[in-house]
Amino acid sequence: MLKFFAPLLLFVVLAIFLAIGLQLNPRDLPSPLIEKPAPVFDLPDLASPEKSFSNELMKGQVYVLNVWASWCVSCRAEHTVLNRLAAMKVVHLVGLNYKDEPQDARRWLQQLGNPYYVNVIDYEGRTGIDYGVYGVPETYIVDKKGVIRYKHTGPVADSDIEQTFLPMIKQLKTEV
Amino acid sequence: MRQLMIIFAWLLSMAVSAGVEFREFKDSEQEQAYNSLIAELRCLVCQNQNIAESNADLAKDLRRQVYEMLHQGKNRQEIADFMIERYGDFVMYRPQFHSKTLVLWLAPLAFLLAGLLAVAYIIKNKRKQPVADTLDEKKKAEIHALLDDENNDPDKGEGA
Repeated sequence: MLKFFAPLLLFVVLAIFLAIGLQLNPRDLPSPLIEKPAPVFDLPDLASPEKSFSNELMKGQVYVLNVWASWCVSCRAEHTVLNRLAAMKVVHLVGLNYKDEPQDARRWLQQLGNPYYVNVIDYEGRTGIDYGVYGVPETYIVDKKGVIRYKHTGPVADSDIEQTFLPMIKQLKTEV
Repeated sequence: MRQLMIIFAWLLSMAVSAGVEFREFKDSEQEQAYNSLIAELRCLVCQNQNIAESNADLAKDLRRQVYEMLHQGKNRQEIADFMIERYGDFVMYRPQFHSKTLVLWLAPLAFLLAGLLAVAYIIKNKRKQPVADTLDEKKKAEIHALLDDENNDPDKGEGA
């Protein structure tokens, strides 16, 4: 009896493991930065590069950090979602313009609308390395203490906003 | 033929041109550290390439980062830690040994052990199995007679 069922059992176990493996998205890497303080940056403001902006100034409030670039195709799809999020006026969106030409980025915002509270220029991508950015767009939720609580890789969809972002932001706002 | 060779040579040069920015090193030791580090760091954009081979923008940036950190006098471990802190264990082709990577490192050993145990078990069971009883009564009697003979042999000394 066992002789008959052992190979079958082995096959089923193997099949289950392979099925799980196939469904995992290799692009969706767990970020080691979750529950860690968001790396501090002090970078030129996209709107007026002679001024600088640091995320230290965001301490005390929940904010969403969005890494984007005008050369990034899926950022275009995401942009309408971000516009809708901004219109809800529940959270400040901080944009990290990653390895982009500032004039291209400014034109993009003129054409597609500007959902951001502020945008900073990471021309060389050094802040991107600090955040472990490997695919644009990437989006982080940072709490009042400046700790990264969530990371989303790839374009944010309306369903992500509804199911993950809004509940999380609401909860983080209640934290001291 | 000649044209084909030229095309192949050109393709080959494209393949090796990734990761060969002009870099100056303090000494050969530093150069070696640089080369081994960029060979071991995974490019997270094209996940099956290391940053030495990849042409992705991120790979270029990470090579620059490694180079700069070496120049700042950081050692291998410090640079590896820097990358792991930001990109996770996945960034190293040989992830470091700690609680989270325990299974990854020990699973092959466990499988080997399980295999050896299985082999040992099978061999042991095979030995225990009685030899098939195919002899008829007459043959058996013959064998017994022979064995008895031998046991009674006075040359054997301690025979029964």
